[in-house]
Amino acid sequence: MTSLFDYLLGLGDDALVAAQRTAEWCARAPQLEEEVALANVALDQLGQARAFLGYAGELEGAGRDEDALAFLRDEAGFRNAQLVELPNGDFGTTVAKTLFLAAYQKLLFSRLARTAEPRLAGIAAKAAKESAFHVSYASAWTIRLGDGTPLSHRRMRDAVEEVWPYTHELFEPWTAPEAGLDPATLREPWLRVVEKVLGEATLSRPQDGWAATGGRHGRHTEWLGPLLAEMQSVHRAHAGARW
Amino acid sequence: MGISAFDALIAADQKIEQKDWMPDGYRASLIRQIAQHAHSEIMGMQPEAAWISRAPSLARKAVLIAKVQDEAGHGLYLYAVAETLGARREDLLDALHEGRQKYLSFINYPTLTWADVGALAWLTDGAAVVNQVSLCRTSFGPYARALVRICREESFHHRQGFDLLHTLSRGTPEQRQSLQEAVDRWWQPALAMFGPPDSKSTHSAASMAWRIKRASNDELRQRFVDLCVPQAKALGVRLPDPALRWNAERGHHDFTPPDYDELMRVVAGHGPRNRQRLAHRRRAHEEGAWVREAAAAHAAKHAAAPGTAAQHASAQEDAAEWPLWEVFVRPRRGVSHVHAGSLQAPDATVAMHSARDLYTRREEGVSLWVVPSRSMAASDPEHKDAYFEPAAGKPYRHASFYPPPEGVEGL
Ligand SMILES: [Fe+2]
Ligand SMILES: [Fe+2]
Repeated sequence: MTSLFDYLLGLGDDALVAAQRTAEWCARAPQLEEEVALANVALDQLGQARAFLGYAGELEGAGRDEDALAFLRDEAGFRNAQLVELPNGDFGTTVAKTLFLAAYQKLLFSRLARTAEPRLAGIAAKAAKESAFHVSYASAWTIRLGDGTPLSHRRMRDAVEEVWPYTHELFEPWTAPEAGLDPATLREPWLRVVEKVLGEATLSRPQDGWAATGGRHGRHTEWLGPLLAEMQSVHRAHAGARW
Repeated sequence: MGISAFDALIAADQKIEQKDWMPDGYRASLIRQIAQHAHSEIMGMQPEAAWISRAPSLARKAVLIAKVQDEAGHGLYLYAVAETLGARREDLLDALHEGRQKYLSFINYPTLTWADVGALAWLTDGAAVVNQVSLCRTSFGPYARALVRICREESFHHRQGFDLLHTLSRGTPEQRQSLQEAVDRWWQPALAMFGPPDSKSTHSAASMAWRIKRASNDELRQRFVDLCVPQAKALGVRLPDPALRWNAERGHHDFTPPDYDELMRVVAGHGPRNRQRLAHRRRAHEEGAWVREAAAAHAAKHAAAPGTAAQHASAQEDAAEWPLWEVFVRPRRGVSHVHAGSLQAPDATVAMHSARDLYTRREEGVSLWVVPSRSMAASDPEHKDAYFEPAAGKPYRHASFYPPPEGVEGL
């Protein structure tokens, strides 16, 4: 069990790091229509991050706002699952990451929208709708790439296998009293969603094997450090400045 | 319809529409201008996208993503307009990638600091607003309508850029210095956006006669300078031109025109970032090919629905090219769907996703239709007289034909 503050950091950091990665696609998407689509996903994720981190800061009451939390915490202070740190890879890898994350977030946020903690419930209710669209978007692309050309099938299969070990962490026991939710209970419905999409994509569900862990406790992959260093560089170079 | 009907429409300041007869030169001029405009929108994403990852606050990061996204949207609206003239997006992109068609020269300069992000938006989006507001009255209907949408969004770009700079202007000494340096860097490239002086502009005369362009390069440049001077004052920055001063006689500011030799050099490919910008664009296009091909192949396998890629594959030389869809948006409950524009998609599901992102991201709608463009039938402008004029001679169809006698009500 973790504090609501820590829990909000985790939810916010998942969204923030995911947004940072998704936005890396700007000006390099495979088609102009996907520029617009990926930017929308990034904006939703960023909006979720700001809502969760902003609330976390208020709850803490130490004068840290969304920016202080985003730009002035070090790597070990981040509570996101490692899944969102993974490099974007090709479009298929990004689609796999987005599908797995959004399917989890949709289930999680729908449950949190019904908790008795009103602020958390409000943020979650809005975020659940956004995540539902991300599931729809990423499902459509998983299916088109999986059931497209032999090359795209191979790439989508590799992407799913590469990202799969990072999905287990999403269902580890990690919650706050106010959330009242055991993430393990989300795994079955998550698998139903994901397996259906993979089936339609003519892909099979990878074997469960090695599983990433540690993100919720500040232990991350080697990819988070450079991501944060870049994200925080301008903000940190001008201590106390307003932007 | 022929040249006389076309000339009459232009003279009456009416719009020319997609299926109307038009002179070859008019069509070619439009395609050239719209392609260059579209290319500038998508190439212009790069200098700013480079700063999304480092935006110093989450609010600014969101604004910047939204802005760069809009530029992709502008490119899409404009390529769709070019399609109405018979120019395929794929061919225009090839022309861009091979250097046969140009884009605005300011994009070939680097964005060195965060302040450049603001200066770029304040000055170059500001110049684009001046240019495009004038172009909203262009004679080609689909272009004019796309520009109305674009102008609304450009004014957001312009404002947020000014707002970013205004925050810097009240910040630390380092922030204020970076503001001045960025404005120094972007002033000339922004002035050059209006193109060569009227005396040297090769396409201007014909474009003005056809009312494709509604104001000359030099008129627009002057308008832009006059607008910038008080804004610069509000920012506390000096515009880098010693000759800049108010001329009471002309009622305008005098200023040093941009260096046209440099403009021509940069347009010809010899600016600081031409090579990298084009290489970046080409790489994104090439690396995306397998995705576009996969979606087209998937659509071909599941070609039950009309309008899928497979149905059109025979007509298309490029297997990865997606067909065009028309998008209709219901703005709010109780009113009809209205045509919003078009987009490319391999199938109806992706078309619906893209339509939602492209045409409703500013709360413009509550319902969407997407229809394969090839499934649309349109009345022929040749039949305009036979179709629509006979309706004119029948006033007895209208209630107003029957004035009620004095004192009779409820009719
Ligand atoms: Fe634009
Ligand atoms: Fe713009």
